Amino acid sequence: MKPEAPKYKIRLSGLEPLLATAESNFINVGERCNVTGSKKFLELIKNDQFDAALAVAKEQVEGGAQVLDINMDEGLIDGVRAMTRFLNLIASEPDIARIPIMIDSSKWEIIEAGLKCIQGKGVVNSISLKEGESDFISKAKKIKRYGAAVVVMAFDENGQADTLERRIEICNRAYRVLVDQVQFEPTDIIFDPNIFPVGTGMEEHRNNAVHFFQATQWIKQNLPGALVSGGVSNVSFSFRGNNRVREAIHSVFLYHGIQHGLDMGIVNPSQLEVYDEIPAELLALVEDVVLNRRDDATERLLDYADKNKESAKKESKQDLEWRNASLEDRLSHALIKGIIDFIDEDTEEARQKYGRPLHVIEGPLMAGMSIVGDLFGSGKMFLPQVVKSARVMKKAVAYLEPYLQAEKDELRAAGGTASSNAGKILMATVKGDVHDIGKNIVSVVLACNNYEIIDLGVMVPAEKILEAAIKENVDVIGLSGLITPSLDEMIHVAKEMQRRKMCMPLLIGGATTSRVHTAVKIEPHYDHPVVHVLDASRAVTVVSSLLSKDQQKEYVAGLRSEYSKVRENYATQNENRSLLSLVEAQENRAKLVFDNTTIQPPLMPGVHVFSRIELSELVPYIDWMPFFQSWELAGRFPQILDDEVVGEQARQLYEDAQNMLEEIIRESSIEARAVVGVFEANSEGDDILLSNGTTFRTLRQQTKKAAGQPNFALADFIAPKDSGKKDYVGCFAVCAGYGVDELVKTFEQKHDDYNAILVKALADRFAEALAEYMHEKVRKEIWGYDSDESFTNEQLITESYRGIRPAPGYPACPDHLEKQTIWELLEVEKTIGLSLTESMAMYPTAAVSGYYFAHPESKYFGIQKITKEQVKDYASRKGITEAEAEKWLSPVLI
Amino acid sequence: MTLQELSHQKIIILDGAMGTMIQRYKLEESDFRGERFAQHPSDLKGNNDLLCITQPGIIEEIHYQYLQAGADIIETNTFNAQRISLADYHMEELAYELNLAAATCARKAVDRFQNENPTATRKFIAGAVGPTNRTASLSPDVNDPGFRAITYDQLVEAYSEQINGLLDGGVDALIIETIFDTLNAKAALYAAMEICENRGIEVPLMISGTITDASGRTLSGQTAEAFFVSMSHAPLFSIGFNCALGAEQLEQYVQVLSKHADCCVSAYPNAGLPNAMGHYDQTPDEMAELVKSYCEKGIVNILGGCCGTTPDHIRSISNIASHYQPRKTAIHV
Repeated sequence: MKPEAPKYKIRLSGLEPLLATAESNFINVGERCNVTGSKKFLELIKNDQFDAALAVAKEQVEGGAQVLDINMDEGLIDGVRAMTRFLNLIASEPDIARIPIMIDSSKWEIIEAGLKCIQGKGVVNSISLKEGESDFISKAKKIKRYGAAVVVMAFDENGQADTLERRIEICNRAYRVLVDQVQFEPTDIIFDPNIFPVGTGMEEHRNNAVHFFQATQWIKQNLPGALVSGGVSNVSFSFRGNNRVREAIHSVFLYHGIQHGLDMGIVNPSQLEVYDEIPAELLALVEDVVLNRRDDATERLLDYADKNKESAKKESKQDLEWRNASLEDRLSHALIKGIIDFIDEDTEEARQKYGRPLHVIEGPLMAGMSIVGDLFGSGKMFLPQVVKSARVMKKAVAYLEPYLQAEKDELRAAGGTASSNAGKILMATVKGDVHDIGKNIVSVVLACNNYEIIDLGVMVPAEKILEAAIKENVDVIGLSGLITPSLDEMIHVAKEMQRRKMCMPLLIGGATTSRVHTAVKIEPHYDHPVVHVLDASRAVTVVSSLLSKDQQKEYVAGLRSEYSKVRENYATQNENRSLLSLVEAQENRAKLVFDNTTIQPPLMPGVHVFSRIELSELVPYIDWMPFFQSWELAGRFPQILDDEVVGEQARQLYEDAQNMLEEIIRESSIEARAVVGVFEANSEGDDILLSNGTTFRTLRQQTKKAAGQPNFALADFIAPKDSGKKDYVGCFAVCAGYGVDELVKTFEQKHDDYNAILVKALADRFAEALAEYMHEKVRKEIWGYDSDESFTNEQLITESYRGIRPAPGYPACPDHLEKQTIWELLEVEKTIGLSLTESMAMYPTAAVSGYYFAHPESKYFGIQKITKEQVKDYASRKGITEAEAEKWLSPVLI
Repeated sequence: MTLQELSHQKIIILDGAMGTMIQRYKLEESDFRGERFAQHPSDLKGNNDLLCITQPGIIEEIHYQYLQAGADIIETNTFNAQRISLADYHMEELAYELNLAAATCARKAVDRFQNENPTATRKFIAGAVGPTNRTASLSPDVNDPGFRAITYDQLVEAYSEQINGLLDGGVDALIIETIFDTLNAKAALYAAMEICENRGIEVPLMISGTITDASGRTLSGQTAEAFFVSMSHAPLFSIGFNCALGAEQLEQYVQVLSKHADCCVSAYPNAGLPNAMGHYDQTPDEMAELVKSYCEKGIVNILGGCCGTTPDHIRSISNIASHYQPRKTAIHV
């Protein structure tokens, strides 16, 4: 017995297959990426605007083209280069590359260049017997070796076939050569028996269409396996300028062509009238011409065309075509595309159709969101799109809320309950921390996947988290934090969960968290699963694995063994890490030169308050790269805007950000303030003593360095007391977060998480820009040591200027407590209303604080790991207990 | 007996991993270098293909073990033996010689086995042609998606050199394997078809793609079906998948090929998925149990193993497969 392989009339491929059977419909070949047929496309290629040229390709694929024709035959362009470049670019656009390519050229070198770029099985368009049989055979052999189907023009040494007989003669000869001599697969042979114009007024053209049909029929009956194709728009050539008539001619031609066996054709799908919708009068006139049914057919059609010129303008097809689809399709379209405009009316329609509001949510809305989830999971959608989808979903649910409530009340009256979702997740930013962009994004993504989210907000004490978790009977707890003290708070939550014998899994996320920290410091304190979630895109997989009955056991076991390995590695690494004693490290301090060239007294000493800084002045200082990172779009700015994968999303997000930025500036809805000061100071050991009595305590690197490499402490950048030189240090606190909460609230009330997150992310960027802006002001005007510096923004971002502005809590000075010293010195809370939480997070968020060092040799470094010996020394210098110092320095303590 | 004839009689058994076996010898830099390359300017440890010249005894021994385990086809130790990959070791000029030497190692192992087992069926050598370390349809530069680090012509040239070496060394078939970019494989097929035409010979061509992950696509983005269509222009002896996935995950994609292919269908999965340490821990019996499902469903003509598999795995697979009929193909001789 022999299995019957499915029979296909042609098999082509891009990233996906095109498998056409005898029953398959006519295959549309998109025609518009053709420099000879489209002026617009030619201009784009000539001007090297390949991005816009790609958009032309994409539009056709979206419009239903099943094969993409590409033609670069133009005297003024380098066809080989243009074909290669365009095909290579297409290869990186999965939306386009999914369909097969038709390499369209009359020049063999361009065809060959094209064949060398496509991984799928495409079509060569075309070869012919024009240059004789041996040339034909050699090209066909190569095409076979490259792996493509081929279009054969009805053309031979004597010219193009224009009668039925010549068409048959040439196609028959070409077929025999290909099949018998080249062993070409018959189903890879596509004949183009030449479509010539009708209605030209010339007698010899009257049968052009009829002969094409007859030739098609003959080929299909006599050349087994071979296909027939043609360039359809040629047939209506003499009716240029009257699209209505042209479109009708195309449709009629195709209709009859297909009846005669036409398999595929090069068409503009948006230039096709539906055969059945052609008005009867026009249809009859056109068929008379195409089928050559009357001697006066052409005159009659021309008359009609003249009379109907007025109405020839077709209404432009609106983007709102999707509104004509079914209710379910409209809802999923709105969800996938993030279109909020019609969601209330569609939801209402759905409510009436589905009877119960819950059925609307669980039916069409969840169906749409699950498509969104799949697309995101498979990398076909990006975070900003998903957040927009969630906004539509939220709005729909909000619309249904009153009905849901009414139903719940009824049910409760009847003694039942109503609830159905994938699981309940509690989300909170831990005590002392106020950052929540990441947490909000994770919440949105989880909510998209049908998890119920209980969001306790920011600065939530462990007590409150655990009580809410028990009361709400949640399935998972998710903790978030951005500053290092939050790590300890997370450990505390884990210990408390253990003490209370809770058992739900604990998720850990946020900028300072890490897999290593979770494995080493948190997981050992809690018997139930503790998982570090790297970013929002992982959240769904993690939660669904944790809650799935099938996967849970295996997943948790895998996790445990992974984390225990992480702990082992960490332990080994630490054993191997040899640290110097504090004295040794201090002896190896950085010894800088302090003289007139490196020390400059401030032009304006003392404290300076800037209570209102124009936001518009900060815009040029914004570093956009971290903005895109916060949306999980990775790449450098501005290149990211043209990125092959995320470019489109990045551009959309950037545009939204620009609009929001303008609105914020116009409405002054956010305020920016700053306080800075420069003071006389000298270093003593690892301390920096200010002449006004304040002392900054700094920490020193203890890792063993290569020869000649010092063990840095920030104090090294200030002239030692015993040098007898007067030196200076500065510090600052800036915030661009005033008004953010209020603005965010207005969006949250509208269920618009997208814009809420956008505002927060922008405020963060403003704060960083403000820090950069103030640093420049200090260098040039206040301290004035670099009064003639002039840097581009790019140089500012890469910090190519003199001096540094390290921030407490970051690698060079990991102790957050030092912020208190700055707060007292600059009276930060009093001057600009910026306060510190118990964990030393700044509130309002979107704030930066730190020191200024001006020595040309001062540089950023990381403390890495320090010994208990230094912690003890530090505690005694600072006048706090060793235990307290350990608590604040635990991230760097070995 | 030809391969084609053998394919009607039984499920053909391919060998298992070469790298996994080489690791067992715990070779050091000096072992890789041998005397001949003692002064070679770059590190050579890890250049497994070089062992065909510097440690031919070891390679021959591994081949021999696979033959003893029941393999009908052994693959030459030439996964990276073309000038593009060899450039990593500054050994471009060694490409032809390496392939010749690898084919010789395999031939010696086969001769030894057939001499010791005169009643055994004929054993075959497939010249292994790997994917190279460059992709012809992907840009390595995210900022310039139109850029390519390798061209089709360069691939054809490098593959031609390799295939000439393999054929001169006497291989019975060519296996273009671990295909993650179909365009690379098309270039290899182009080279193979051109050489066969020029030499006036017919060599069985075997194709084996790699589905990278659960997306069901190759690294270059093709679905299993599209991959099949893109390879179908060549006169293939077999098409299949190997590497990246374990037998369990791979089965659905092999099934797709089985539905479409007129030629033989092959599968040589990894010994499961790697664990956190990057090791494969599927045992021979576990793996054999999984490929049993392939046999029961009649979707394969050729079975073997990729990363993490050993002669013991091949022995178990061979035992299981011997109880089943091969998949029926459309081609009858």
